Amino acid sequence: MNRAQREEYLREYSTLKNQGKPFFPYAVAKDSAMACVVMAVIILMTIILGAELLPKADPTTTTYVPRPEWYFYFLFELLRVIKPPELVALATIGIPTICLILLFLLPFYDRNPERRPERRPVATLAGIFTIVAIGYLTYLGATGGSPNELEIEAPPPIQAAGGEMLASYEAGRIMVAQSGCLACHKIGENGNDGPGPDLTEVGQRLPSQAIARTLQNPTAPMPPYDELATKNPEQFNNLVTFLSQLRE
Amino acid sequence: MPKVKLPKPPVPDALVPRPKRPGTAEKAGPRDVAKETGISAIDWVDERTGMSGAARWLMFRKVPKGTNWFYTLGSATMFAFLSQAVTGVFLAMYYIPDPAGGAYESVRYLTNEVFLGEFVRGMHKWGASVMVILVMLHMARTFFFGAYKYPRELNWIIGVVLLVLTFVMGFTGYLLPFDQKAYWATVVGVNINGTAPIIGPYLNDFIRAGPDFTSTTLARFYSIHMLLVPGALAALIGAHLWLVAKQGTTAPPWMKADKKGDVGEERA
Repeated sequence: MNRAQREEYLREYSTLKNQGKPFFPYAVAKDSAMACVVMAVIILMTIILGAELLPKADPTTTTYVPRPEWYFYFLFELLRVIKPPELVALATIGIPTICLILLFLLPFYDRNPERRPERRPVATLAGIFTIVAIGYLTYLGATGGSPNELEIEAPPPIQAAGGEMLASYEAGRIMVAQSGCLACHKIGENGNDGPGPDLTEVGQRLPSQAIARTLQNPTAPMPPYDELATKNPEQFNNLVTFLSQLRE
Repeated sequence: MPKVKLPKPPVPDALVPRPKRPGTAEKAGPRDVAKETGISAIDWVDERTGMSGAARWLMFRKVPKGTNWFYTLGSATMFAFLSQAVTGVFLAMYYIPDPAGGAYESVRYLTNEVFLGEFVRGMHKWGASVMVILVMLHMARTFFFGAYKYPRELNWIIGVVLLVLTFVMGFTGYLLPFDQKAYWATVVGVNINGTAPIIGPYLNDFIRAGPDFTSTTLARFYSIHMLLVPGALAALIGAHLWLVAKQGTTAPPWMKADKKGDVGEERA
């Protein structure tokens, strides 16, 4: 906006303002009505949805689903959309930071003096695209597959071995299901594809020691299992047994 | 029936009330004083602060014609913030930031035992969601109406800071109940921060107060959640509102002033 346009705007605005009504009581009445609506919505949501308290946090346990509050789903889902591990930093920090900077600087690169949404199609379309993208990612996050169901038959060699091996495998399978690994990993038909790598044939790719090491010291953002390994090595071994038997 | 006029009883001259001298006011009785209490209290404050001018400027400034219900989203957001502040104060009366078990136990006690405890906690929890939605809607309105343009660029920037702070509130508050979901979601969230190039690990060490989740971590989140960020939010909301009042609410972009408006301006 050049100087003339700015002055033109201020002139037009001051006329519009003079033709308006005083803030009190006209705007105050509307704002108060809206405040009552907000209060009513909050109270209704509280009564209908309640405030659930889950079991106490336990760093050594594995039964959890690392799910953020719904308004962070779109950030979390970015990780699932952008898969390659070398681009993880781009998805976690890069894109959100760039978007935030773009948001901050909006008035400085959008210098079009026009204000009507239909007369600045680029800005309006960009805005609608952003809203749709955030909405879509939030929807993806909300409808992600259940991270706690894992139905896999033990492979024939394990079944043949039976006994302790089979028990360990089954215990590991239940543990993977309860731990919510599937929130980020895919195993066969179960779980979500990303942000974590596909585990369907991880036993083929990695020896069991490597799996154990990765569990204890994983790539962020996966939470580490080192505390489980030191405090409950048996459970940890079950987990490793199960994962190392995953093959095509 | 014609009225019969009785003669007045004879009164000695000394007892006849004297007519007031012109210019003397009626003496105020206690009832009149009581009626004026409100005004005199305001006068008392105004004499010492000179605030009535500012209040008049704030309340009786004009709002341009054509403003509609979309313009209530900002004040609705602020109202949601106030609701969060009030419910948060009550929650803080019971909450203990002790990860060894005290935190979870205090939330459990608050939810199950305290009168209306679950209700207030629910209002705080869902109020957060409502506030995030309102912030988004308010921002969308500002964007599509082009309200961030000259002369309101600075207010847009303050608004973006407020948006970020709202998300920080959501993130830090999520850990406080210290149940399974809270703990593990925060572990993952902090890990996500840690992937930032160069500063990531340092940022994480600061957030967690060390390389691991320890007892200090929860206290840190709690203090950020209930002291640092709300203070910053309140101050910035103040600045945001002051700029709105000073520059005036925008008119809807399709609004055009009446041609007769110039006359109106002169009259005003």
